Formats: sequence, structure tokens, C-alpha cells
Amino acid sequence: MQVLDLSKTDLREVNATLQAQRADTNQTEWVIENPRGSHAVAVGLDAPISVTVKGSTGYYCAGMNKLATIHVEGSAGPGVAENMMSGTVIVEGDASQYAGATGRGGLLNIKGNASSRCGISMKGIDIVVHGSIGHMSAFMAQKGNLVVLGDAGDALGDSLYEARLFVRGTVKSLGADCIEKEMRHEHLALLAELLERTGADAKPEEFRRYGSARKLYNFNIDHADAY
Amino acid sequence: MDKTPQTLPRQSWTFSNEVNSEIRRAAATGIYDIRGGGAKRRVPHFDDLLFLGASISRYPLEGYRERCDTSVVLGTRFAKKPIELKIPVTIAGMSFGALSAHAKEALGRGATLAGTSTTTGDGGMTNEERGHSEKLVYQYLPSRYGMNPDDLRRADAIEVVVGQGAKPGGGGMLLGQKITERVAGMRDLPIGIDQRSACRHPDWTGPDDLEIKILELREITGWEKPIYVKIGGARPYYDTALAVKAGADVVVLDGMQGGTAATQDVFIENVGQPTLACIRPAVQALHDLGMHREVQLVVSGGIRSGADMAKALALGADAVAIGTAALVALGDNDPKWEEEYRKLGTTTGAYDDWHEGRDPAGITTQDPELMKRLDPVAAGRRLRNYLNVMTLECQTIARACGKSHVHNLEPEDLCALTMEAAAMARVPLAGTDWWPGKPGF
Repeated sequence: MQVLDLSKTDLREVNATLQAQRADTNQTEWVIENPRGSHAVAVGLDAPISVTVKGSTGYYCAGMNKLATIHVEGSAGPGVAENMMSGTVIVEGDASQYAGATGRGGLLNIKGNASSRCGISMKGIDIVVHGSIGHMSAFMAQKGNLVVLGDAGDALGDSLYEARLFVRGTVKSLGADCIEKEMRHEHLALLAELLERTGADAKPEEFRRYGSARKLYNFNIDHADAY
Repeated sequence: MDKTPQTLPRQSWTFSNEVNSEIRRAAATGIYDIRGGGAKRRVPHFDDLLFLGASISRYPLEGYRERCDTSVVLGTRFAKKPIELKIPVTIAGMSFGALSAHAKEALGRGATLAGTSTTTGDGGMTNEERGHSEKLVYQYLPSRYGMNPDDLRRADAIEVVVGQGAKPGGGGMLLGQKITERVAGMRDLPIGIDQRSACRHPDWTGPDDLEIKILELREITGWEKPIYVKIGGARPYYDTALAVKAGADVVVLDGMQGGTAATQDVFIENVGQPTLACIRPAVQALHDLGMHREVQLVVSGGIRSGADMAKALALGADAVAIGTAALVALGDNDPKWEEEYRKLGTTTGAYDDWHEGRDPAGITTQDPELMKRLDPVAAGRRLRNYLNVMTLECQTIARACGKSHVHNLEPEDLCALTMEAAAMARVPLAGTDWWPGKPGF
């Protein structure tokens, strides 16, 4: 177990040390102590290592992560796991705005709530939120899966592309071009797998699925009021 | 026969034939006009400025004999690896998707031969572009299409795009006919749909957030890459100041003549400020912060010649960027395609339906047959030649003003032909020592 203490080591050195790890490293277990809301903690990692952050983080923790498993034992500020490529990010507490924004792959597992614009413009990431999410979540979401065990705020999935949204609780309102869709067998299987991987206490049958009506895919003047 | 004198038929200035044709088009289709390029309206521009040249009190340098340097280093503020360019003109960001792969390759080839950089666009970095560009700036845009840490690290600089001169405050639209399998794959979208580009970034708002975003990008890339911030010509003083405050190494300032791949004509023609009006406020902001020359300023939007370049530098820019002019150098709007332009309902010089993907010159298209018309090697050479001519022109003017480096050009070398240009450029109206707003008058 390697320990990096942000109260003694500056951010640049912490990130450089983690970014220097390669796929065949023997130093696979890392701990970051005293994050104290620091921004850009554990960003740009590119190796199958495990990093535990002992506390809450500021903006963009685990940004552009590849391969690494990053476990935040606290809450995460805006843009946690933004543009993640692969790997896993776990947030024990709540996540602020833009969680998983533009994420392309990997799994973001938020044990608490996520604020507004969760999964905005997501491009292939899987996001599981054990609590509720705020307004404008999955705005212009392109690919991937967003699973919400709690409730969703206003304008869920506005201008959605091909991402799949699953909500167990209530949805305050759906955004433009987002509709409820049939939950088919493959969706139940996908949900079961994501719920199991994230240790979520829920059954796939309890969820509703939302997706794109695909009416805004090509401009049509008769839909102008939706733009 | 009635001999009563008749007045000639009188066209309305307000309701001209051009205006009426647009009203009829809108009435028939129900949708606004979308096109490529920048503002076509006449606005005060570099043509409205003149250099004074040498005189008894200014000593010129000998053309072809005495040295006039053109090199520029971008990113000296924080980046470990600033970009060194041989000439102070770069290629502006234009996307693969809007442009063909051959066109992107040609831009890289031409820029590299001339010793300067080129820039990606909304759609990610292609291997052709990276492979043929010795120095490549990677744009970080609201859409984040194609964004990934590997390409960030293989870029030579990162340009955070906040705004664009053709459409400050606007996003983009790449129509479905240009969303081929490859373009769609790079953007994680279905083939053939209209691809929207967001008008603001998904994970930050305001200058305080931007500062943290820049920190993240620097941390991911080891503080090696210069970070540019590109702004549209909206509020150049404050946007420049805020970009500097957020930690930018370079500010890229794009006026309303700067082009776009596809935007509403009403947006292009009615939002933003002319390039000429933007430079002095931006330079003033840098001076006020003690950052002029420490944070470099790159100006774009309607730059066409070495004279334009020299005037922008004289007003305080460190370099200029070209987009539309570079496409013309490659072969865009070439008279040899006139017959095909006419079939498309337009003519040479006026073709701007770049979003439709039917470009006869094979530049703004993804049609395989049209793309073949552009030879990237020959087009790259044309761009190289054009960049070299721009540089020679700029040097010629600088020598005439007695400057041993083009960066030594200064506002005192200029006068203005119109009141508007004098006010915007803050240089004297020709034949006077006065400009509107000059302190003390």
C-alpha cells in the first residue's frame, strides 16, 4: 500500500506519481490522504491500479480516467469522472454537478445523490446513482446507461441521443425528445448486471426506462417549438 | 400615346431584391438560412488602415538585405513546452467532418512546410492530421467529440474554445448528410443525424470554473502543453482579462469575419464585433494586467494578406490565424468549378453551403468522389506558398517601417482612412493627430 498525503505532497507530484504507473506495476494499491476538497485529484490515470481517496474532493476528481479504480471515501465536487474512458470510480457520498460528464466508458458508482446535469453529454459510460439526481441530467446524452435508484429532477434526458436511462423513483419531468420506453428483456438483463456490480439494493423490475423519441435527429420545422 | 413623364422604377433600399429573395425563401421553407463562412457584410476592417512607412524621423531597413525576423513563441507563461513558430500566422481550428480528411491533411502539410501550426476542430483528432502536422493544437470544445487523454497528450497545445467570431454564444450543427460512418464513429453518434454542438461547456461555467478546468488539463498533460483560450469577438476586454485570470497561456481572439462550417446566416451577420474593433480592447486588457507579450494574443477573422497580418501585429497581436483564406488557398471557390457552382445555384466566390457536403472543390465534404478532387500534397504546397507570401508581405511592410522583427510594428506606424476605423483601432485619422475617443480631445 502506497500512501500519498496531499497535506505534505503537492497535487502535481501526487498526480505525476499515479500517472507514471504502468500496466505491469507491482504497486497497485494507493491511498491519497487529506484531499480536503482539492481539485483535479487522480486525473489522467492510465493503469489498472486502485486508488482510495480518504475524504472529499473538489472539481474533476478522476477526470479522463483509464483503467484505474478510484474510490472516493467522501463526496465529490463537480465533474467527477468527467470524460472517463474506462475503469471504475466509486463515490461513497454525494456527487455535485456534471458527474460523469461526457464519459466514454467505465463505471461511475455514486452511493449518495448526484446534483444537476448528471451524465450530461455522456458518450458510453455507465453511471449508477443510488440516491436521486438533479435537473437536466443526461442532457444530450449520446451513449451508455444512467441508472437512478431514487428520483430524477426536471427535464431528464433533454435532447437525448442513444443513451438509456433507468429510474426507479419519480421523474419530475422529461426533457425535449425524451420519452418512456418499453422495458425489454435485454434491458432487464443489463440492469441486473449493473445493479449487481454496484451493490445496489434494487430489482430491475422496479425501474422504468427512458430514451430518445428520435424526433429531433433531423431538423423538422414542425418540431420547432421543441428546440 | 401618353407623353406624361414617368419616374423610373425605384428599388427599395430597405426591401432590396436580396432581402426580398430571403423573405421568399423563408416563406417557402419555414427554416432560417444556414451557411458556412463568416460575416459578408461590409464592416470596418484592416483595409481602412494604412502604414505610414519611414520618413526623416523613421529609418527603414533594406529589403532583402537587412534582417526582419518573424518567429514567435506561444505559451511562455506556464507551459513547459511552448510552441515555437517560424512565422506569426497559424491555421485556425476546422473540424474533420466539416472538412474532408484530405483537406485536413493538406492543412497539416502546408502549415508544417511553412513552419507553423494547425488546429483540430469539433470532431476530434485524426491520424492523418496528426501525422502531417509537425505542430498541432487540439481544440477542447463543448461537444467533446472525440476527446480523450491520449490525443490530449499527443497534441502540442490545447485550445479551450469558449467562443467563435462567427457565432459568439452559439453552438454548431453538422447536418446529417456529412455524418458518415467515420465521422459518426468519432463523435459517438448515429450515422446520418443532424449533429448538434453545444454552445457551452458541459462541466464548467464562468471564469472561476475555467481556472479549475485549465488546472485539470494541465495536470493530465503534465503542465507541458500551452493552454489557449479562444474567445469570440463579443466583449474582448473582459473576456481577455478573464481568460488571463483563469490561467491561459495564449488568448485566441476571433472577430465576426471569422468563418464557421454551418451557422444561421442571421447569427453570422448580426452577432459579434468586427475583428478590427476587438484587437485594441484585448491588448488593453493584457496591458492593464501586465501580461502583454507574456500571454500571447492570436487574432483571427478576415485575415487575408501580409498587410492584414502586419496591421494586426502593429495593433498588439503576437500572431494571426487564418481559416477561410487557408481554404481558398487549398482550392475553395476556385473559378475552375464555376459550372458546378452554377448547378448548385451559386457562383465562384459566393459558394457557402459548406454544410451540405456537395463542395465541388472536395474540401467541405465527406463524399468520397468529391474528396478525390483535392490532392492533399498539391494543396498543401499551395497553402505553404500562400503562407510564405503572407510572411514576405508582412516583412516588406515591417522593413519599410524600420522594424527588425515584425513584432516591433506598433500603432504609431498606422493611420486610419475612416472615422470608424480610427475609433476602433485607436490610431489617428489620416492627415490628423486625432481619433474619436482619444484622451485630451
